[in-house]
Amino acid sequence: MTATEIPPPDAALSPAGNPLGFGRMLRKEDARFLRGQGHYVDDLRLPGMLHGAILRSPYAHARIVSIDTSAAEAHPKVKAVITGAVLETLNLAWMPTLSGDVTAVLATDKVRYQGQEVAFVVAEDEYSARDALELIDVEYDPLPAVVDARHALDPDAPVIRDDLEGRTDNHIYDWEAGDAAACEEVFAKAEVVVAQDMIYPRVHPAPMETCGSVAHMDPVTGKLTVWTTTQAPHAHRTVYALVAGLPEHKIQIISPDIGGGFGNKVGIYPGYVLSIVGSIVTKAPVKWMEDRSENLMSTSFARDYHMHGEIAATKDGKILGLRVNVLADHGAFNGVAQPTKFPAGFFHIFTGSYDYPAAHCKVTAVYTNKALGGVAYACSFRITEAVYLVERMVDCLAFELKMDPAELRMKNLLRPEQFPYTTPTGWEYDSGNYPAALDEAKRIAGYDELRREQAERRAAAAEPGADPAAPLMGIGISFFTEGVGAGPRKHMDILGLGMADGCDLRVHPTGKAQLRLSVQTQGQGHETTFAQIVSHVLGIPPEDIEVIHGDTDNTPFGLGTYGSRSTPVSGAAAAVAAQRVKDKARIVAAAALECSPDDLEWEHGRWYVKGDPSKGQTMAEIAMASHGSLELPEGVEGHLDASVVYNPPNLTYPFGCYIAVVDVDPQTGQVKVRRFIAVDDCGPRINPMIVEGQVHGGLADGVGMALMEVIAFDSDGNNLGGSFMDYLLPTSMECPSWELGQTVTPSPHHPIGVKGVGESATVGSPAAVVNAVLDALQLRHADMPFTPAATWRAMQGRPLRPDLAIE
Amino acid sequence: MQTPAPFEYERAASVEEAIALLTRHGPEARLIAGGHSLLPMMKLRLARPETLIDINGLADLDYIRVEGDQIAIGAMTRHATVLESAVLAEHYRIFAEAERVIADPIVRNRGTVGGSLCQADPSEDLSAVFAALRGQVVIRSVEGARTVDLGNFHRGPYETAVGDGEILVEVRVPIRTRTGSAYEKVERRAGDWSVAAAGAFVQFGDDGSIADVGIGITAVGAEHFTCAPAEDLLRGRPPTAEAIEEAAAICAASCHPSADQRGPVDYKRHLVGVLVARALNRSIARARGEAA
Repeated sequence: MTATEIPPPDAALSPAGNPLGFGRMLRKEDARFLRGQGHYVDDLRLPGMLHGAILRSPYAHARIVSIDTSAAEAHPKVKAVITGAVLETLNLAWMPTLSGDVTAVLATDKVRYQGQEVAFVVAEDEYSARDALELIDVEYDPLPAVVDARHALDPDAPVIRDDLEGRTDNHIYDWEAGDAAACEEVFAKAEVVVAQDMIYPRVHPAPMETCGSVAHMDPVTGKLTVWTTTQAPHAHRTVYALVAGLPEHKIQIISPDIGGGFGNKVGIYPGYVLSIVGSIVTKAPVKWMEDRSENLMSTSFARDYHMHGEIAATKDGKILGLRVNVLADHGAFNGVAQPTKFPAGFFHIFTGSYDYPAAHCKVTAVYTNKALGGVAYACSFRITEAVYLVERMVDCLAFELKMDPAELRMKNLLRPEQFPYTTPTGWEYDSGNYPAALDEAKRIAGYDELRREQAERRAAAAEPGADPAAPLMGIGISFFTEGVGAGPRKHMDILGLGMADGCDLRVHPTGKAQLRLSVQTQGQGHETTFAQIVSHVLGIPPEDIEVIHGDTDNTPFGLGTYGSRSTPVSGAAAAVAAQRVKDKARIVAAAALECSPDDLEWEHGRWYVKGDPSKGQTMAEIAMASHGSLELPEGVEGHLDASVVYNPPNLTYPFGCYIAVVDVDPQTGQVKVRRFIAVDDCGPRINPMIVEGQVHGGLADGVGMALMEVIAFDSDGNNLGGSFMDYLLPTSMECPSWELGQTVTPSPHHPIGVKGVGESATVGSPAAVVNAVLDALQLRHADMPFTPAATWRAMQGRPLRPDLAIE
Repeated sequence: MQTPAPFEYERAASVEEAIALLTRHGPEARLIAGGHSLLPMMKLRLARPETLIDINGLADLDYIRVEGDQIAIGAMTRHATVLESAVLAEHYRIFAEAERVIADPIVRNRGTVGGSLCQADPSEDLSAVFAALRGQVVIRSVEGARTVDLGNFHRGPYETAVGDGEILVEVRVPIRTRTGSAYEKVERRAGDWSVAAAGAFVQFGDDGSIADVGIGITAVGAEHFTCAPAEDLLRGRPPTAEAIEEAAAICAASCHPSADQRGPVDYKRHLVGVLVARALNRSIARARGEAA
């Protein structure tokens, strides 16, 4: 490792053997998870609880002629059957999306994608609820479906959203960023311009736990409690208050253990609302838990960007400009979950990690007869698409210039002295040393040796009598700059809610602490990481700091966990709260020691008198004194706690360099990832083990998207990725033993310098694998996923369209 | 959660009892062995048997043994047992090679040989293995036992020669000398069904030519999971590269793949040619005692 880890503030360990701050420690939550003792929404059993199930549309586009629920209602165990017509009487048939559109809770006029919600049955048990679904008779009048986004704006395309007043086409919005005129000028004069179409196909976050909720409207207290799979409990509470007209203080959202989210559990799904309606109608708690196919077919997908990129450069490889046109397939409703002012998310960060003056993007979004969503799967609000675009375009340029892609990147990377750096599309990168990360990745990979091996293999393959089955070796590089930790609130809000997060830290008399957070873990280890942040500042052992989250009645308001924002935003809030407690502890200690606070110095976990280290007060002693009879200075209140709302001044910008080495079977098209080197710079690492785990998961995501994950649709709009037999997630068999490295460049504006890492690897890795496959094939471009068939067809010069059914 | 439609459940303690229960409950009853195909289909409500007859108690159908010049495999033998069988490894390496790419360890620990054959999924791997080896199945009913060649066993996708009131109890393969065998599969991901797969055995005669050969092909609509014309072409010929190529081409041309998300027809045909050739070449090398 060329860079050094920032050492923990002291090397001492807690009584339980944990670091008193940053460092490796086992995750506090794992004791229950590894024993199977986690408690998820589906584990909840309330007295008298009923079960809901959703009838879904078999058609992608059809008019609903009639719905007959009488047979289902006659089922002996059915308590209620709810249709769109019922919801219309409650003004709940439609609800707002997070992008200014509306979406149907239950379809009334038409169904607009396969799997859309049509009716909701509440029964005594989940089996009966599903049995009763088959007793509902829906008459549909099928309509032609809009499947291929490239034809969504054709004059004769069926209009999907005829529910919207005056709507005559499937156009949602055009949105631009950057400077089109500057690009025109640069591209007109450039020695080299390379243009390339590429698809980032529709994929799905596919968390292990599907979405669900248990709603209980208490008829006595009038209080609604919803146990639900959400990454953003406070945002959900506000939305329910706005949608249902319920008073916010009478709504409690509880998000217990969550089995993975990846952005899939940000939005509000009809099932959640239906469990609430079901509880109101039946006056009993109602559980709704979707199955795997429902999750894959109806909840928030990711990507689905058809991109046309153009890169301009000099002959010797100095990049001058990049522009891109995007056709964005948003499905039947615009339900993208992103900050209000950013309809295409943060896609316009697509200039990437390079230094050039001109950039422009135009995004056209369209409706199609597919499920809604678009921002999910650890994408950092579409930075995944942006990084894929720029890293593919740079490789396309290298291909045309016959330059080594590492050399081309090094020639164009931003230099350390350019930070803070404002990009041509207006982002201010906070800090970075990009060449060091590229060098480190090349060093770990043994890049020059790999290129030598590749040259030898290619020479051998060109010999007469060479083995036609000899694998084709490819080396792919991806350099990414992430942007995470949204807000600042003045720029970023969701449904008008500013993206700042609260945090309450309370130190008890015995010196143990509770930390209450607005963000919500989905498995990434908040209970450990946040305890370590507080420990880092105060020296309280991490095992003595309880992290409380996922309950709106017991935590401060905030926007939740997505966009890798927990550590950058709430982590900062926790650090600031701990610092405030530390400052107050100094005053208390001074009172106890009968000296001035200015006479005290801090050693980890203890204030002591300058020049007399034996005279001091530990945090535990100070905590007791804060709650005891010690007389405190005028104006200083008792107790030892702090409450903070952290409004980030800017995003943080983690970055990294990834190198993939693949072997392709030239006869079968099978791709094997031989090696994967990942150098990440996320600033100081609070718990390196957790960081590495996050990176491992994201790298597997990247292998999955590059090689197998895709949701395609046939010409009738049937979803071809509706089960885990059809939607393939990678297994350990497809993943090499990851080779991780790091550089450490702290964020200058974050209280403890950390940048967030939850999505880095998912954002950065797909391009590395794709670049490696194309390097192996010596092709400029073909679209992922590189299934054996897709790889072979790319080699044949007849590539497959990943978004459409294979014919 | 996915929930099946209502069904009755019976548990058989013997083959005789299983047959009696099948007879009593009629054609809407299904035997359940490992359940790794049937249960997911039931949970998706693609299959709705009225009665499940559980035969997991029939431990006497769990065996792999040599009987004369044949290897007999009990219908309730789990995939994992086949994978690890020393007897099968000694005679036919095709078994372990196929088994190690069938689903995943959890499925292999539970799924059975008989269940796989009777499910008759068009992408099933063991069907291709037994077709290549020209095995036989033993089917029992109240009338007694009958033996059916693998070539007559499959009647179409998900359809077999096992009739109402019948149970498959055993699969047999002949033991051959001077033989090598191999299995080649391409899948999109570990545990996925084949895009295409091919298995083979090759037996040498005294003159060094191919005395006998078997080819198994799955997931591409090959008739009876094999390709008799390609076998006929090779039988009696020396194992030249040209002969192998020709046989592989016949297999590729004569199968009936359909396009799906695993691949288009042209790719699947191409793949059949590649995999048949690889399986034959490795079988030949093994028959010669070479490492392959």
